[in-house]
Amino acid sequence: MSQIKNLTKGLINENPVFVLFLGLCPTLGTTTSAINGMGMGLATLFVLVMSNLVVSLIKNFIPDKVRIPAFIVIIASFVTIVELSMQAYVPALFDALGLFIPLIVVNCIVLGRAEAFASKNNIYSSIIDGLGMGIGFTLALTVLGGVREILGSGSIFGFKFIEGDGMLLFILAPGAFIALGYLIMLMQKIKSKSA
Amino acid sequence: MEYIVIIISAIFVNNIVLTKFLGICPFIGVSNKVETAVGMSGAVMFVMVLATLATYLLQVYILQPLGIAFMQTITFILIIAALVQLVEIILKKVSPALFQALGIFLPLITTNCAVLGVAILTIQSDYNLTEGVVFAAASAMGFGLSLIVFSSIREQMDLADIPGGMKGVPISFIVAGLLAMAFMGFAGIV
Repeated sequence: MSQIKNLTKGLINENPVFVLFLGLCPTLGTTTSAINGMGMGLATLFVLVMSNLVVSLIKNFIPDKVRIPAFIVIIASFVTIVELSMQAYVPALFDALGLFIPLIVVNCIVLGRAEAFASKNNIYSSIIDGLGMGIGFTLALTVLGGVREILGSGSIFGFKFIEGDGMLLFILAPGAFIALGYLIMLMQKIKSKSA
Repeated sequence: MEYIVIIISAIFVNNIVLTKFLGICPFIGVSNKVETAVGMSGAVMFVMVLATLATYLLQVYILQPLGIAFMQTITFILIIAALVQLVEIILKKVSPALFQALGIFLPLITTNCAVLGVAILTIQSDYNLTEGVVFAAASAMGFGLSLIVFSSIREQMDLADIPGGMKGVPISFIVAGLLAMAFMGFAGIV
């Protein structure tokens, strides 16, 4: 039961983007379409699960004083794996996400979960925690990417349903801030109703 | 001439916060007061220039000759983390006053994606050493400019009557969006 709660807390109650406001740079920078947002989310999900796994495995061997640099090296190694694999197998997505793939390394969610959860809990619940947070992050990015794609280019996951262009603003930088602002407002409304 | 182009482009046209979405966390996090925004901008400026210098030398003189450029992400983040620690220790000894002003912001900068982002962008854009340093300084100025403008708006907003659901973070994002729209006006001048 508690594991299910552990898995689902990242979706709504502790959603990294909409509630904790972590990892906002890739959230805004990569969500020009639903598919880009989802790709970024999945790449982060992988890094999150793997770094949580390794951190909880070796948490007893790392001296307390150097734990943060050690976590950063672990995270950076998995980011490099993701970077090279994406470059090889999905080059189009790799080009679209660009700079934000190496920047997963400084995504506060990943280090935050390693420090706050994986360094204190066992392997099994650390993996579940990484999975839950990663899914919450992916969900948030896909939703934001979807909203921007629908409004900005009148399509969803690349399927066009209106003729011509949409409101171009939402594909550009200002639209990212404005769309995220309204989504957070909605999320706060939903949370205050359910609480 | 090309330095002027780099500077104007990095501050206004390709502002790292408002058009490239780097360093959003401090942009939202420490923009409540103008005073803290100024401190943060100063600290970022300091670290960003040093980090770009260090990572550039690392890339050109160690990683590329050895053919291990794929280790970029790991080495860069370690260099930046070590550099921030070093700056903190040196500042504490050499200039306690400056340390007082910038101290609390320094640890936060390790995970500021703008620093790593600018270091990687310098490599990707094929800048030489001076161009890279100028680019880093100008990017930091762009960060400072948007952060200070944004924090002044937020100070005014504390007094405004904002609808319930919009209070706090949501309205900040809308304001940031409008600010980004204003910066779009600079597009095309370079």
